[in-house]
Amino acid sequence: MEFTFDLNTIWFILIGVLLAGYAILDGFDLGVGSLHLFVNEDEDRRLLINSIGPVWDGNEVWLVTGGGALFAAFPHVYATVFSGFYTAFMLLLFVLIFRAVAIEFRSKQPMAWWRKSWDVAFSVSSILIALLMGIALGNIIQGIPLGADKEFQGTFLGLLNPYAILVGITTVALFMMHGSIYLAMKTEGHLQERVTKWINNTIIFFVITYVTTTMFTLIYVPHMTEHFKSAPLLFIVAVLNMLAIANIPREIHLKKYFLAFLSSCASIAALLALFALGLFPDIVISNPNPEYSLTIYNAASSQKTLGIMLTIAIIGIPFVLAYTISIYWVFRGKVKLTPMSY
Amino acid sequence: MSTEILARLQFAFTIGFHYIYPPLSIGLGVILVIMEGMYLKTKNPLFEKMTKFWVKIFALTFALGVATGIVMEFEFGTNWATYSRFVGDVFGSALAAEGIFAFFLESGFLAILVFGWEKVSPRVHFFSTIMVALGAMMSAVWIVVANSWQQTPAGYHIVGEGLNARAEITDFWAMVFNPSSMERLSHTLSGAWLAGAFLVISVSAYYLLKKRHIDFAKNSIKIALIVATFASLFQLFSGHQSAVGISKTQPAKLAAFEAHFDSSAAAPLYLFGWVNQKNQEVKFGVAIPGLLSYLIYGDSHKPVTGLNAFNKNDIPPVNIVFQSYHLMVAIGFTLIAISLFSIFLWWRKKLFDHKWFLYVLVFSVLGPQLANQLGWISAEVGRQPWIVYNLLRTSEALSKAVESSQIVFSLILFGLIYLLLFILFIYLLNEKIQHGPEDPETIPSEYEHQKTVLDRNIGE
Repeated sequence: MEFTFDLNTIWFILIGVLLAGYAILDGFDLGVGSLHLFVNEDEDRRLLINSIGPVWDGNEVWLVTGGGALFAAFPHVYATVFSGFYTAFMLLLFVLIFRAVAIEFRSKQPMAWWRKSWDVAFSVSSILIALLMGIALGNIIQGIPLGADKEFQGTFLGLLNPYAILVGITTVALFMMHGSIYLAMKTEGHLQERVTKWINNTIIFFVITYVTTTMFTLIYVPHMTEHFKSAPLLFIVAVLNMLAIANIPREIHLKKYFLAFLSSCASIAALLALFALGLFPDIVISNPNPEYSLTIYNAASSQKTLGIMLTIAIIGIPFVLAYTISIYWVFRGKVKLTPMSY
Repeated sequence: MSTEILARLQFAFTIGFHYIYPPLSIGLGVILVIMEGMYLKTKNPLFEKMTKFWVKIFALTFALGVATGIVMEFEFGTNWATYSRFVGDVFGSALAAEGIFAFFLESGFLAILVFGWEKVSPRVHFFSTIMVALGAMMSAVWIVVANSWQQTPAGYHIVGEGLNARAEITDFWAMVFNPSSMERLSHTLSGAWLAGAFLVISVSAYYLLKKRHIDFAKNSIKIALIVATFASLFQLFSGHQSAVGISKTQPAKLAAFEAHFDSSAAAPLYLFGWVNQKNQEVKFGVAIPGLLSYLIYGDSHKPVTGLNAFNKNDIPPVNIVFQSYHLMVAIGFTLIAISLFSIFLWWRKKLFDHKWFLYVLVFSVLGPQLANQLGWISAEVGRQPWIVYNLLRTSEALSKAVESSQIVFSLILFGLIYLLLFILFIYLLNEKIQHGPEDPETIPSEYEHQKTVLDRNIGE
């Protein structure tokens, strides 16, 4: 692999960081949502929703900024993928908004039927968001049919292939694991006992889907593994990923929930790093005509723009990190229901 | 219907719906800073109560702004892929700056603003309020800069030919300070302050009519009225600046605003009318002769470039632009009248005495909302048939991979979910207003209240 540390590469990494930030942060929101129906008491369900209450809105900003940065740095990727995955993205937007509506509406009326309906809406939309994002990712991994004009030439149903759906299910499993660990950290008493029991199950669910996906990838998507053959050192990322996952039950056993959560964050970051390493320097692989692939060079903005944006990022990112950390610091500790809660 | 019309309808619908909320957040943000600042200075608990109540309303408008804003961030790519390829290099920098400087700032500190009253000191809370207000305005800065670049491109050059042609940035600051960006920004921000101020005025006037929370309502009205008066007068000034700017940069748009066809003639200013574009005439029109020429050149006899100076394919649909522009101006003057009359009554110490005028204030909240929408319609339709003025036509900016049936599908989806969102907004807004600014510590919350009712029912 030719590796030059130029502006295009930096932006490939930065967008990866933004998407990893989104996956880690909104990942636990989606995980909590996916697990929502596993508790039955109204009070417990409110605790679940309010554990993400102050932060879920801000977490979505990572997605918005990731989309904006993609538009700016790699406009052709933004244009091709978003128009090509049109119907899938519209469904994604629909469920993203639907989740927000469900969170806001749910606790506003006392009737049991009202709350139960919105609980289902909240949980189903969370699962669908994770699933659709995973399906999009699965298609990017396999490659999609592109023309010489950089336009998508496939169909919506073509996107719903077995491999993509498998990646989708893996994403749901990953976020369920992540969300259950987050809940163990944010809850106490009998609810904490319950969610702690989920963690093992979600880890097993995730590991099964992850191993299956990996086997499929090795057999059917060989281009993802080329860099790992030529530079075996990269295999460290895969090992770190497994170590991070293996560390979770240990920390849970020791009741160190925060460290378990950090391990889970690390494993999400490692998974996305594996994905990025497999793609580089392509961003969207054209399958079957690899010569039409969108790379970090033929899909990028001018060097001047990438430079300006880097300046903006260097000024802005320390602030972003500082206030993201301070917000989570202010809202650390167990979730409590107050008059301001959902 | 053609893909172009459908895609334009979808964009108009989603952006129009989105644009209900950010102006409210921007306007309320400014008012929150004033209220909380006064609380810190005077330690008067009334101001604390006011801040806490309006923060709740702010949080609601903000949440809807984010939910509908995500759609906008994606829609350039989904429906306007060719446009995205063409402008990405220029537009993208502004959008990235918006994400990093504005979105993170406001959404990060919003959590402290809404949920952090007991978690941080009053000074840190006040700081968070300022940051949220600033973040809301910053997002307006970058998006208006990007949109202004579409109206008056600057600081770029065209690279490549035919299908591969695209605009690339040559001078970032020339792009940011393009010929129309500052006057359009001031006009947009001022419209947003009006939206926030008149919401506060309207809700407070409602309380006064219902004889609830009298002290709270009177003080809220006074603060919002000062903002409204300043903003409505400033709107006149920035609007005038904008029109003079447009006469130089986008003469076809200005001519469409006033349905001025003949380039050799001095231009009148219409008060109202109905344009027949085919016959080039304004029916039922009442106009002040020469006033447009006077406003632009200071000379009522000087000719103004008319629509006849342009190729027929290069001018916007005149009547839509004419009507939306004139309605916006009419509403603007009405808001000035309401503000000044309120100030007059305040000075005579009769502001809260006239029931009919309180009713006027209750409904005044619709004024800025309508004017903001109409203003954007005249600005955006007035730019047609161009998506980037004189560089890229709207008809050539679409997504090649998207068919009209897909857009129909997504339009239906958006129609459904936005209907739900709008019901949610009105429902929650009404709930918060009915609940009022009581101190949450002394009375049970809505939830507690409902829970006790429920428990009692079950108990029986």
